[in-house]
Order: sequence, then C-alpha cells, then structure tokens
Amino acid sequence: MARVLFTQNIQRHVACPPTDAPGGTVREVLDRVFAGNPAAREYVLDDQGAVRRHMVVFVDGRQVKDRVRLSDPVQPQAEVCVMQALSGG
Amino acid sequence: MSDRLLVATRKGLFTFARAKGRKRPRWSVAKTAFLADPVSVVLADPRDGRLYVAIGHGHFGVKLHRSTDKGKTWQPIAAPAYPPKPDGQEEKDLNGKVIPWNTELVWALEAGHASEPKVLWCGTLPGGLFRSTDGGESWKLVESLWNHPKRREWMGGGAELPGLHSVCVDPRDGKRVAVGVSCGGVWMTEDGGTNWAQRAQGMRAAYMPPDRQYDPHVQDPHLVVQCPAAPEVFWAQHHNGIFRTTDGAQSWTEIVAKPSSFGFAVAVHPQDPDTAWFVPGVSDEERIPPSGKVIVTRTRNGGKSFQTLRNGLPQHHAYDLTYRHALDIDETGDRLAFGSTTGGLWVTEDQGDHWETVGEHLPPVYAVRFA
Repeated sequence: MARVLFTQNIQRHVACPPTDAPGGTVREVLDRVFAGNPAAREYVLDDQGAVRRHMVVFVDGRQVKDRVRLSDPVQPQAEVCVMQALSGG
Repeated sequence: MSDRLLVATRKGLFTFARAKGRKRPRWSVAKTAFLADPVSVVLADPRDGRLYVAIGHGHFGVKLHRSTDKGKTWQPIAAPAYPPKPDGQEEKDLNGKVIPWNTELVWALEAGHASEPKVLWCGTLPGGLFRSTDGGESWKLVESLWNHPKRREWMGGGAELPGLHSVCVDPRDGKRVAVGVSCGGVWMTEDGGTNWAQRAQGMRAAYMPPDRQYDPHVQDPHLVVQCPAAPEVFWAQHHNGIFRTTDGAQSWTEIVAKPSSFGFAVAVHPQDPDTAWFVPGVSDEERIPPSGKVIVTRTRNGGKSFQTLRNGLPQHHAYDLTYRHALDIDETGDRLAFGSTTGGLWVTEDQGDHWETVGEHLPPVYAVRFA
C-alpha cells in the first residue's frame, strides 16, 4: 500500500486526508483514492484525466514524469505527495 | 427595480444591498463569499432566484457553486467538463497553439428560456458551449458547435485561447440562441442547438489584412447583448468598434462613438433597443480611460449620436478599465452598475445622468449583475 498525502492548500476546498491505497502506478493509486473521495478528483486532474497544469505529484520525493497517463511506477510502501506547483498564482 | 447587486471579483463575490429610503450610503456590502478566490462570472437566475458562481482556481481548476437561499449558503455543483479527446486528434489553432479539451475558464453563465426552467448555458475557454437541463447538476458540451469545422479556426484574443463569452437566449423562442466568441464571431442556432450558423456578417476586424477584415469567422466581439423587448436588435462592443444589428444578426452595421469606440462592455435598455451604454477606453493599444477620466457613453438614437456621462465618476488620473461582464442594467432600465479593474464600482439610478461611487478598493471586478 502506498501512502498518499495531499497539499494543505487543497484542504480549504475539499477534505483530503492521508490515505493508504494499493496500485502499481500513480494512476492506479490515485484512482483508488478518488474512488473513496470523488470530489477530490477534479481538484487534482483535469477533464482528460491528466494532472492539472499547476499541480505536481511526487513519488518518494521524485516528481512524476508522465503527467498525462500517470504511468510512473509506485512501489509498495511508497509515499505519493500531491502538491500544488509554485506556478498557477 | 433591483436592490441587490452581485459583484464577482478576482478575490471573491460581494453582494451589495440598497438601503431603503434616503439612508446613506445608498449601496453597501451586505455579504461576502469565496473571499480570496477568483470568481469569473455570477448568474442570478430570474426564473427562480437561484444564484450561480464560477470559481477559477489557479491550481485546482474551475468549479461551480449554487445558492438557493440568496447567497446565505453555497453548494458545489458540477463544473462543465469536456469529453475525452479522440485519440490521435490534433487540436491546434491557426497559430499552432494547442487547444486543450479542458475547461480553462467559465466566461458566460446564462439562464435558459422561461419555458425551460432548468436549462442553463455556460460558455468557456477554450470555446466550448455547455448546456445543463437540470439546473447545473450536470453539463453537456454542445458538440454540434464544438465539432463545427469552422470552430477549429477560432483563435485567442486578449486571452490566449478562444473564449465564448456571450449567450443571448431569444425571449420569444428558447430555441433561438446567439453566442459571441473571441475570436470567432457570432453564432446562432434556431433549433435549440442542433445547427449553428455564423452571424457576424458586417463586422470588421481592423487587426486583419485588408482582404480578411470582413471575414465573419475572425471577428472579435468583446460582448454581444440582445434587447429583450426587441430581440431582433443586438449590440456588440467589438475589438475595433461598436456594431449593431436590427435584423436578428443577419447583418451588422458599424457605429462610431465619440470620444472612443473601444471598450469591452455594453448594456442595452431592456425596453428601448435604440438606447445603449458603453464604458470606453482609448483604444486597443491604450487600454485606459480617455484623458484619465472615467466616462460612460450613451446613445438614445441607435448610435447616431452619443452623450458622454461623467457626473459622479472619477475625473482625475483615473485608470479604471471595465471588463466585458462588469457592466449591467436592471430590468427597469433605470439602474446601471459597472466595476473596474482597479476596484472601483459605480451605480446610477437615472440611466447614467448621475453616478454614485459604491466601491473604491474592491479586488479587480470581473462581473456585475443586478439580482
């Protein structure tokens, strides 16, 4: 199970507590998280399911490269952090 | 007579209420909501009193909220979302800029016809028009317009992406809807959205080479409004001037206003199609009020002549610019309000002869609506 943490900034709009979720890729892990918290999905992903332009996702401290398909691998026990980018105002 | 004014700003929604009788100040803030969040548009639905706002979060995307208790409480509702982009489809404008299939901004939110009480229309950047048939619980992209081959030729204006900013629902027939696009002209459906036709013939684009200047598809109407009592009459504040049609947008005629025809906003009197107001800037390349004095221009004769209204407006080193949705008129045609990029807000109760300063330090004003 990966541990998924969300930026504090998002909590003002939608509650996103730390959540444990299984999955081998960022997509699989986030899909599991959003299945239990559907309101959070559109805050993080755009209409096409890609990471919003001014959001960033880290896996164990490394920024995710595939922002469209979210195919970056996630190891068991990984920490996935959903952050807002400094860009975006 | 509208005694409530909703002001959508870059940092929240402000509701102004009018004091009764002779109390002063006449208009003051009664309520705030979404403080610190950018509110791009607001709708007060005249059919049921419901309020709608669109929030454009910089990081978290576009969200819509609805209030059924005059703004005391707000509930999130669905935001318009584009369908999955077909695999392999190239989506670039004529300049090569990628057009995302993603709601980047809500730029128009309008109530449907009185006979369709749950219908709402929503215009967006990058140009998609959405329709809801359940009061905003869900939205559907109007694919007939989005898939029109000419839509691919739309281009950005002030915004980098094309944007659909005006939705005019004909009060005689809810199936007749006109929309304005920057830049993509004026489109009209007469069958509720199945078929669309370009209706910007007569508009002129000085920013194009000579042989393209009257091409309706490149026109940049900043805002299109329709006279409720005479729906065959529309006014448009266009990027390079003012245009008017009296034949239901079959043909547009250019109108020259003094001291300037440049601006973003226009309001038409609800009963008199010959009376309209504008908040001009100097020009495309000088987006400041003429001579640093905030003015409103008004015509009462269909654009043959204009009066300059300045009584009560800042007249000394004022650099307020008024965006396209930041001027409104109430249902009587006597009260108008407009807000500015530098946080000014003014109201008139006599069609513009006298103005009262209602706000001086608001965030930049995006939209103003009487409720």
